[in-house]
Amino acid sequence: MTLLTIDKQNWTQGLAAAADHYRLFGPVKEKDQHRFKALEKGQLPDLDLVNTRLSPKDLVFPQSEIMLTYSLDESREDHHIMKEAHTDHAPRAVVGMRPCDARAIQLVKLNFDTPDVKDPYWLKAYEATTFIGMACDTPLSTCFCTSAGCGPYNAEGLDILMMDRGGTYLAKIFTEKGKAFADTAGWNQATPEAAEAFVAAKEAAEAKMVSTISTDNLADTDLLDLHGAPFWDDIAFACLNCGTCTFTCPTCWCFDIQDEVQGKSGVRMKNWDSCMFPIFTVHTTGHNPRDTKTQRVRQRFMHKLKYFVDKYQTGIMCVGCGRCVRQCPVNIDIRRVCELMNSFKPADACVAQG
Amino acid sequence: MQNPYLPYPVRIDDITVEAEDKSLKTFKFVFLNEGDEDQFAYRAGQFAELSIPGKGEIPIGIASSPVEKGFVKFTVNRAGVVTTHLHNMRAGDRMGLRGPLGNCYPWDLLEGKNILIVGGGFAFTTLRSSIVYMLDPANRSRFGNIDVVYGARSPGMLLYKDELVEWEKRDDINMHITVDGTDDPDWKYNIGFVPPITEQKAPSGGADTYAIVCGPPIMIKFTQPVLEKLGYDHDHIIMSLENRMKCGFGMCGRCGIGKELVCKDGPVFTLNQINRTPREY
Repeated sequence: MTLLTIDKQNWTQGLAAAADHYRLFGPVKEKDQHRFKALEKGQLPDLDLVNTRLSPKDLVFPQSEIMLTYSLDESREDHHIMKEAHTDHAPRAVVGMRPCDARAIQLVKLNFDTPDVKDPYWLKAYEATTFIGMACDTPLSTCFCTSAGCGPYNAEGLDILMMDRGGTYLAKIFTEKGKAFADTAGWNQATPEAAEAFVAAKEAAEAKMVSTISTDNLADTDLLDLHGAPFWDDIAFACLNCGTCTFTCPTCWCFDIQDEVQGKSGVRMKNWDSCMFPIFTVHTTGHNPRDTKTQRVRQRFMHKLKYFVDKYQTGIMCVGCGRCVRQCPVNIDIRRVCELMNSFKPADACVAQG
Repeated sequence: MQNPYLPYPVRIDDITVEAEDKSLKTFKFVFLNEGDEDQFAYRAGQFAELSIPGKGEIPIGIASSPVEKGFVKFTVNRAGVVTTHLHNMRAGDRMGLRGPLGNCYPWDLLEGKNILIVGGGFAFTTLRSSIVYMLDPANRSRFGNIDVVYGARSPGMLLYKDELVEWEKRDDINMHITVDGTDDPDWKYNIGFVPPITEQKAPSGGADTYAIVCGPPIMIKFTQPVLEKLGYDHDHIIMSLENRMKCGFGMCGRCGIGKELVCKDGPVFTLNQINRTPREY
């Protein structure tokens, strides 16, 4: 690990130099919200924000992505033969993502990069990307990253982690990818004496975190007991099944596969999908294993806070970014659900059932 | 990096209408590219995605058996957009085939055992694959007694009628064919639903006997207590589940039941495994 100081005067010219070799992405303000976008030539990422409304998960998992192409023109020799679509995998870098979003991509990687099968679209995009994080000094009241396996200075999944020291950025370089980016940007001013600045800033940021959750009992509670717990109807009562929680969540990865044809040319696409939508699981016969709203809401929270915990033993499938809490139109709060699940004792169900 | 979303190009070689109402057809596919058939090495009980460019994909159990070479067969019920389009296609048309996908029946475990097969409706398709596999001269001695209880709504809805007749004639397999009802005065087999016929005809369970069950949810539900009554342990009742799928290899998240994914961890589960998952199938 290398420590560098980046004078803010060198920031702009460094990014301009990097832009010759990398396609740059960063948070950009649109109306009153920030979102991650490809930066125009000379455009700087706007780092004056707490977090974006949507996470940068779409940089490796686009909302809609063409996977395969084909022709239905029977006069062509290759008609009805599917081919891999061309995707740009030139080097790119995302500048200014938060540590929670970087950890989220590592959790999602468990799904797309398995020992048995690898999703080439997700993985090639991931490998082409350099992840440059900006530590978070101003957590919101809805942030709970420190108790979700993450933290405002967490480096997991990042190639570079920066912190703001006023006139300079202090940067930790963790990987070869990160070093290559810093070299390209001309950032090479080593400052070994500043390591303690990270420690102090980390402690200060963590001390500002007002929101926590407990997850210590989730692994040991029986899956079927939790599934049959009495609180699911209460949690789901107000849910609109709008899917906002799943689309804003940096760790949600469910997708659909659809064909689209224009004239004789067709594509097969991968599109974001959501377990909140009633047709997500409906069979062609009309049978729907998760027919009710309560079943769907339970699926989302059980997946995040129990199934994932049991399957991967890497903690919950949540990084505490708080987006779903802030953006749910009916104020369903994953922190409350987690509290109910974590404190649930199967005996409670017996009492509740009389 | 091999692209698991990319189907093998195949050609429809032959189409057989199975059911009298034409809702069930068996499609025989041949691979367009040399070497693809060897790559598509499957075991009985697995499924594949039938892929029609411009329409989409559907997961369907493989009806042919690994011992049958030169083609792959699928029996398809006309139900939705893709299957209706497929039913309207003709021999010679091109499409795609992706797989093989999912686990299979636990053949290592089943070797040397008596096998009871219980099937209903067109779910019998993967059971055909298993029966042909076990009856193959190279494999028959590796299994004990084979009993098959197979039911359809009516005689006209039975699949693979020619093969049923052939299997009836053999003395190394006990066929118990049944229909829910029939007006045919010449009908010589059983009349009744699969669970009661299973109770009457199936051998008792035991350490050396396994039951493989595949059929509609209602049949599975009522067959389960019958098998328990006959003495089958939950580890010896093997079932193949259906759930809505897309990717077929555990990434899209659609077919999850608890922490299991039907497409990747299944579709074949023991009743013991199913008892430990939420009833969301």
